[in-house]
Order: sequence, then C-alpha cells, then structure tokens
Amino acid sequence: ITEVCGAKRVGYFGPAQFYIALKLIAAAQSGFPVRIESIKNELPLPRFMALKNDTDVRYGTPAEFHGVKFQVPHATLEKNSYKRTDEGDIQEPKSPPMSPICSPPASPSTYQRIPLTYGYGKARSGLEQQHGAPYEVRHSTHQQDGSSSGNYGAKSALTCSTPNRSLSVEREQQDSSTQYSDDPWRITEEQRDYYINQFRSLQPDLNAFISGSVAKNFFTKSKLPIPELSHIWELSDVDCDGALTLAEFCAAFHLVVARKNGYQLPETLPETLLPEFLQAACLKPMLDCALFESYSEPLPGSQQPRDFSRTEKSSAGEVPDNSALLQDGKKDDKQALKVSTTLKTIPKEFQHLTVKTAAQEPNAFRARPRSRSYSSTSIEDAMKKGEGPPTPPPRPQKSHSRASSLDLNKIFQQNTQAVRSGWLPPPPPALPPRPSVSQTEQPSEVELHPQMNRPPSQAEENSSAKKEVVLAQPPSKPARRKLRTEAQGLETPELSPTINVTSSLPAVKPHLPVQKQSSKQKRAIQTAIRKNKEANAVLARLNSELQQQLKEVHKERIALETQLEQLRPVTVL
Amino acid sequence: HSHCDLFSSQNYPLYIRSVPTENELKFHYTVHTSLDVVDEKISAMGKALVDQRELYLGLLYPTEDYKVYGYVTNSKVKFVMVVDSSNTALRDNEIRSMFRKLHNSYTDIMCNPFYNPGDRIHSRAFDTMVNSMMMQVC
Repeated sequence: ITEVCGAKRVGYFGPAQFYIALKLIAAAQSGFPVRIESIKNELPLPRFMALKNDTDVRYGTPAEFHGVKFQVPHATLEKNSYKRTDEGDIQEPKSPPMSPICSPPASPSTYQRIPLTYGYGKARSGLEQQHGAPYEVRHSTHQQDGSSSGNYGAKSALTCSTPNRSLSVEREQQDSSTQYSDDPWRITEEQRDYYINQFRSLQPDLNAFISGSVAKNFFTKSKLPIPELSHIWELSDVDCDGALTLAEFCAAFHLVVARKNGYQLPETLPETLLPEFLQAACLKPMLDCALFESYSEPLPGSQQPRDFSRTEKSSAGEVPDNSALLQDGKKDDKQALKVSTTLKTIPKEFQHLTVKTAAQEPNAFRARPRSRSYSSTSIEDAMKKGEGPPTPPPRPQKSHSRASSLDLNKIFQQNTQAVRSGWLPPPPPALPPRPSVSQTEQPSEVELHPQMNRPPSQAEENSSAKKEVVLAQPPSKPARRKLRTEAQGLETPELSPTINVTSSLPAVKPHLPVQKQSSKQKRAIQTAIRKNKEANAVLARLNSELQQQLKEVHKERIALETQLEQLRPVTVL
Repeated sequence: HSHCDLFSSQNYPLYIRSVPTENELKFHYTVHTSLDVVDEKISAMGKALVDQRELYLGLLYPTEDYKVYGYVTNSKVKFVMVVDSSNTALRDNEIRSMFRKLHNSYTDIMCNPFYNPGDRIHSRAFDTMVNSMMMQVC
C-alpha cells in the first residue's frame, strides 16, 4: 500500500498519499487488490480495529477527500494541500506558527474547527486524525526547517511522525497552543479544558482558589527550574494573593506548557492570558462541567482527541486508541502516565478494548495514532515529565487552605465515588497509584474497585501500599512524610507495584455491567488486599531497617573521616 | 545616583540595586555600615511592642555625598536606600512612598510560593519596579 499510494516514491506520506493509503486499506479489507484502480471502486470505509466506534464517521471524510483528491497526481502535493484547505470541511489546520509560509486562506476557520472536532465523535473527526498527522508533521517539519515548508505541512503523517516524534511532541503542543491568530499565548479549547480539569483535580470548586503550596507542588512536577516557575507565578498571579483562581491557573499552566515547548517566557503577561480575558473565555468550559463524567482528561491541543470526552461515543474509541498506543510500549512512562490520566474517566470496559485493539491496528493507522498520542501527550509530558519514575502525578499533597477537605477528590473520584479522599486510581502505570488520602477509607475504596472491574491487585496494592506508606514512614522520603499528613498519599515506589495502564484507570464510573460482580470481586479483592498489605508491611519494615543501617553506616563514615582528618598531618595551605 | 538594598532579618543582602551601576562598591560599603544604624534604631525601641515601632526609620545618617534612609518590616527585613545629597528635591514623603512601594513589591514576592524567604530576590517584576523607582529619583 505504501508503495502504491506513492509514499515510497516521494518519501513520505503527504495528505494525498495518506488518503490514498486509507482508500487502499479499505480496498484491501474489502478484498480488492491493492492497486490504484481499486480506489475507484465504491469502497466501504477502512476498518481500523483500534477504533471501536467512529471508524465510519472518522473515515468518512477521508474517503470523501480521497475521492476529491484522487484526481490530483502525487506530484502536485502542494496543490493538494492548498486545495484541501479550500475545501471547507478539510480541516487542514494551518498551524500558523509552525508553517507560516503556507497560509491557507481558510486557516482560521479550519483551525478553529480542529480543536472542536478533535473528538472522534464529531462529524469531522476523521479529518482530525489526519490533521493530527499533518499537525505533527508540520511541527516536525518546521523544526527540520524545511523541506515541507512549501508543502503546507503536509509531511508524512506516518513515516515522518515516528522519527520526528519527539519533535512533534514538542511542536504539537506548541501548535495546539497557538490559535489562528498565530499567538502562542492564546489558549485553545482543548487546552482550556485540560487546564480546567487539572484545576479540578487540585480543587474541585472551580470558583475557589488553588493555594500557593498546592500550586507549587503541582507546577514543580513539570520539572521546570524553580526560577522559571517563580517567574511564571509572578506573571500569572495577577492579584498577587498567593493563590490561583481558575483563570490564573490556566494562564500559569499555559505558560508552563509554552516554556516546556521552548517558548521563552514573556516579561509581562500576554493579553490573552490575563484573567479577565480568560474569564470571559472560560465561561464556556464551565458548561462542560456536566460532561465531565464522560471526560477523559482532555489533552491540550494535541491531536489527541481530547474532545472525545465531550463527544460521547468517540471517547470509547479514543480510549482504546490511546491505551492501545500506550500499551504498544512506544511511549515511555510519561506517556503512559499521560494516557492513564487521560483515561482516567474512561470506563473500564474500554480497557480491554484497548488491549485487544493494540495488536490489530494496521501500521498506517497505528503510526498515526501513536504520533498523535505523542503529541497529545506533550502537555502531559510537560506536567509529568518527572513523574515517570518517582513523582506522582500532580495532586495536592498538603492541606489546601482553600480546598479544605474536599480537594482530595481527584478527578477520577469525582465521577464515581463519594467525595472522600477517595482512592484515586489514575496515576500512570509507571507511578504507583495514588492511594486516596484517608487510609480508613480504603475499605470503601476497595468496594469501589470491584465496580471498576479493575484488577484487584492494583487496588490492593494501592490501598495497602498507601497504608504502608503511612505506617512505615520511611525516613528518607520527605515527600512521603508529607503524604502522611495529607490525603493524597504518594505511593512509595518501592511499595507499590507497578500498575499497568488499564488497571490504573481511575475509579471509573461504576458502570452497570461491572457492578454485578461486585460482591465476589470484593471478597477476592479484600483477600488480595490483605495479602498485599502484609507484603507491604514486610517491605516497609525492611525498608526502615535498611534506612537505619544506612544511617549508622553514615555515622561511622563520618566518624572515620574525622579521625582521618585528625591523623592526617597538617596540610600546607 | 541611588542605591537600593534589601536585607534579610539576618542582615545578609537579599537584593542590591544601584543606578547607575558604577561605584557600586562604595554603596555596598555604605549600606553595610548603615545596617548597624538600623539595628541600633530597632533595638532602641527595645521594650516597645513591635507594632508600635514605625516601619520607616528615616534618615539614618547623612554623609557629605549622600543620604541613607532605612525601613524595616515587622519580620525584620530591612530596606536601605541611598540617594544623592545633591538631590535635594527629594522629600521625606517621597522617600516614605518609595519604601512603601518596596514593601508592597516585597510582599508580592512573598506571595509567590516558589520564593523561599531568605532567598536572593530574582523577580523580574521587582526589578522593574525598583528600576523605575530609582530612575525617578536620579
């Protein structure tokens, strides 16, 4: 297919090649020979296993496009891209910052549509996918300086995406962060939603503040240097009250993201990030609160169909897509973390889908989603870069002056369980799941787990590990110590077993099918929990003993060093 | 010429800024010596409650070239300002308002969770404010 569609010849998958490739895939799936002529047949949409639901919708438009494009020879790739942009429904996003050279006339409208249609469920979602690829490509090409400059970012969605993934991840975010106005400081829809959800995770009441310490912990996880974070805070805390409102938080988050993607921090807060500006713009996302349940955490701007949370069924497809990608192992922990967080609200039913679909994706499709995930994970990466191994996802750890007791609810919790500290499943697979704060609530959390259909081990590990964390109090981990006081216990990595993506899904809405097996699973889970608790207790004890030994060894060492100093002849200065 | 310093409660400098920047060392020396005067004034209050002590310390001591003003917050953070004696237009009220501005900016810095009390101050906003203020004086 690659050869036939011309990608091999030109060396990349431009939009035209891509469309043709899709058509060929459909043809092949329908049993037609893989040849150019087959495309002319009336073909059903190609089926990509990873996408549960919206394959039709998603690929509907590509098919249309393809029909339109097919007449255009490969050689006129540029023309295609431009032509495409002229077509209203082709949302060739013109990532303004990335490819300033090509400025399709329709870019503003298309660009704007892209964020909205990111969700698979949307009519134009199919375009989004392609956009995702061109997005990434565009970014990467922009970075590469070049070759695609004339091509309106129509760089190989698939072939180039892989090598340029790292670039595209960065640029993806950047691109998404820019709007048609070519302004990197403007927040896109998805980004706003993402920020809002993050805000929610720290502070459920959107009208309240996030206290300074909470925000500090949160933004520290982005691994930006402290002076830069300090500057970002300065910029975004407009009223200088030591706390962030939703608008201020969005601005701060946006600045972090921008910085992570290579943008220099401005000296003063850009207009578009002012709280007044954001307040007006933030009204709309508030409306989405109702949809929060169905959200999986939207990723900012990235192709990741974050909006699919908004689009009902698309989310199902997305989740498998994302998780499949994750499980492909292509992503590192961060990615996985990201996905897991994004998948937080995805009902567990979809988890198995993702597992299955991972293996079945055709290459073309797989490449694209992966790249998309990468790019979409950029924001997640930004926030969770360090989280991969040890640091937990941003969660309020200490007492929040404003959030009070309710803030511990993680996003995940919100959907399902009662407020409580709630056992928040989310953390990415690499991270030990964050147990909910109150240890006492673990049993109830455990109950909830059966509803999730989550692997029991995870829940137990989380809860038991959490308990152990509290009890063991490893001295070397100040973070853990803090956790003890706080609901958001951080799992000590050594105590918590690694949790795979699926299992780390948060307490998803207790969907009906799951609840049936609750009692049985509950028992099983409880026994498993007990066992894990014991194991954790043992490990914790061992850990503390080793810590003690370490301390003693240190003391000995210091004593020996002082002796050495005394015995050593006075050194000449 | 003017010079503005912030000192922590332990009397180490948190922020030093001179406009223009030549002869900075002289200013540093002056400011350090003025710290003694500040401490003197603070301890002079002695038994008095901290609240009653006014934050603005006034002219610490005049030299032939310049005047030194002091200001101390309730947390013993000291602001010292050195201005040219030739700048006779500067009145006490203006100095007070400048210290007030400094204090406000310092409070804003404290609100930044990434700022640890006792750190050197690297805030750009603070720099901007100090610069503009000192430009007015010069």
